[in-house]
Amino acid sequence: MQFSGTKGYLVSPALRDVVNVAVSLGRPLLVKGEPGTGKTQLASAIAEGLGLPLIAWNVKSTTKARDGLYVYDTVARLNDARFNDRDIRDIGKYIKLGSLGRALAASERVVLLVDEIDKADLEFPNDLLHELDRMSFTIDETGATITAKHRPIVVVTSNNEKELPDAFLRRCVFHYIAFPDESLMRDIVAVHHPQLEEKLLSQAMASFYWLRKQSDIRKRPSTSELIDWIAALRAGGMSAESIEKELPFLGVLLKREQDVEAAVRALEKKGVRAS
Amino acid sequence: MFASLFFGLRAAGIKVGTTEWLALMQALAAGHARSSLETFYELARALLVKREAQYDTYDQVFASVFKNVPMTFAVDDELMKWLENPVLPRDLSDEERAMLAAWDLDRLKDELEKRRREQKERHDGGNRWIGTGGTSPFGHGGQNPTGVRVGGAGGGRSAVQIAESRRFANLRSDRVLGTREMGAALKRLRKLAKTDNQLELDIDATIDKSARDGGDIDLVFAPPRANRVKLLLLVDVGGSMDPHAELCERLFSAAHAAKHFKAFKHYFFHNCVYRRLYTDMFRFSGTQTTDVLKEVDQTWSLVMVGDAWMSPYELTDIGGVIDLADNQRTTGLTWLKRLREKAPSSVWLNPEPKRIWNADSVRMIRDIFPMFELTLDGLGEATDVLRGAKPNVPDTSAERLEMSLADVWSRWR
Repeated sequence: MQFSGTKGYLVSPALRDVVNVAVSLGRPLLVKGEPGTGKTQLASAIAEGLGLPLIAWNVKSTTKARDGLYVYDTVARLNDARFNDRDIRDIGKYIKLGSLGRALAASERVVLLVDEIDKADLEFPNDLLHELDRMSFTIDETGATITAKHRPIVVVTSNNEKELPDAFLRRCVFHYIAFPDESLMRDIVAVHHPQLEEKLLSQAMASFYWLRKQSDIRKRPSTSELIDWIAALRAGGMSAESIEKELPFLGVLLKREQDVEAAVRALEKKGVRAS
Repeated sequence: MFASLFFGLRAAGIKVGTTEWLALMQALAAGHARSSLETFYELARALLVKREAQYDTYDQVFASVFKNVPMTFAVDDELMKWLENPVLPRDLSDEERAMLAAWDLDRLKDELEKRRREQKERHDGGNRWIGTGGTSPFGHGGQNPTGVRVGGAGGGRSAVQIAESRRFANLRSDRVLGTREMGAALKRLRKLAKTDNQLELDIDATIDKSARDGGDIDLVFAPPRANRVKLLLLVDVGGSMDPHAELCERLFSAAHAAKHFKAFKHYFFHNCVYRRLYTDMFRFSGTQTTDVLKEVDQTWSLVMVGDAWMSPYELTDIGGVIDLADNQRTTGLTWLKRLREKAPSSVWLNPEPKRIWNADSVRMIRDIFPMFELTLDGLGEATDVLRGAKPNVPDTSAERLEMSLADVWSRWR
């Protein structure tokens, strides 16, 4: 099983290799990187590329590791007991598997995405260690043990809100997705805008990377913003010259007012006026 | 070669454990390095380094270890050689030792041997194995059928050159930090509040849930919301601190923005704490230091920020010389000691890099407060100390000797 990206998702050779290593070693793949570098999409790309189903687990600040395995819906059972119209003796009916639980119980190999693991409590990653190592868990209420037939491919993303515990990190394969360089970015843009005038593309790229270099800008524009911006430029019929001079539709690239002001200041310094 | 990479990384502060190391061996045996040093560079990084802040350190170690290695370096051969006589770290824990015992290096060797034989036999006719410029989708310098650019950004650049270019230098965590990073570091203080892990009855949610469930009482528990972290921030301003004004501002805005403190107070001082602490940066309005001391107890965390750079007599003489109008009877050093006694959970953050902490005054203050650099690493360590970790008490005796020699030298000149 070799992953090599998909039509809609281009990977750098390094990331492609790392994915394959993680898959073959059966270790969770931890990806970090600037917002907009495609951390979350990576999991769906792996699923698509390898032809496997994807199970996503979006972690929130209140998420507990146990919720990912299963939830015992006591309230529903209690409710059913009062109306006496359903058989409530089978506790198993009230056990609902969570994302991790479903990934382990699946009859085929799946890709499990644990998105934004750093949002949860500090202990959360450690609570997952046992299940990720053994790839099995027990439902205490019924005594049933679920063991994965096929080790799921686990992709974990983090935004660096919190440090992850060492014990967890030791078991992971780690990759930091660097911001795409110009040539990879060209390929990415080409996926979204197949027939793009070369002049427009080069100028948009130049302006985009110039903007990213401005130190006053706090929230730097990312890939998805560049793609939207190029769409806007094409729709607006902007010429390559006007892009350099005026940075039209700046609001597509920069979302904070202070950043827009900073960009305008930088443009003025460059000797041209923003519209 | 492998052993020196391993020890080099550990010496440079990247704590590579046996788990990671064996994972790398496993990956190498499975042929993931494809006998290329470039791929090996990425592979080893993915398995040994788990923080992007350490990428730069990794690059430096890698470059120094493999610097004189020819580009035709065969990773497999080197691995075989290493497996003949594996050198393993001595400082292993029992757990790691047990894990190692479960691993059979001979088996690894056999596997590797088998794969290499297999590759040799099939390489001519097949397209499964990897060679440069071949028809396999994993060759260098071309495009594979799915349109993925393969071959790396640099094409002909060797792994060492890549490592030497130090692309990740700005991800280091020991560089000086910005507001967002400071906020994240300060957030770690929050752990203090949750250490006992006890849940409280959430009455509102209980009523709500019971009502929804048609009257079945359903108790809802939640972690206590009240955060018990109280932070007192004392910042040195003016004089030698001027170059660091922006950095201190960032720390301020981060601490201010942090919503998770039960109490947060900050004052300014100049050079050292004396009779008065100031509420504004220009030291116009202020309050008595004794009043501040009265409010503070051991539930407070105290963070001092300053370069601790002054003449020793500003610490030891009554009133120092900084502010003659302050007609006081207590030395700066005593004030600092009092603060430390009142708030044992306290640290000193120094915006100057550690290597120039060689003034007498710095040493004297370090005897009172554990001192850390005002960098992401330093702030992290400081937070750990505030949370109850034991500070690494620096052994300053050697430094002192060196210092006094330097003193003598400079005076003699």
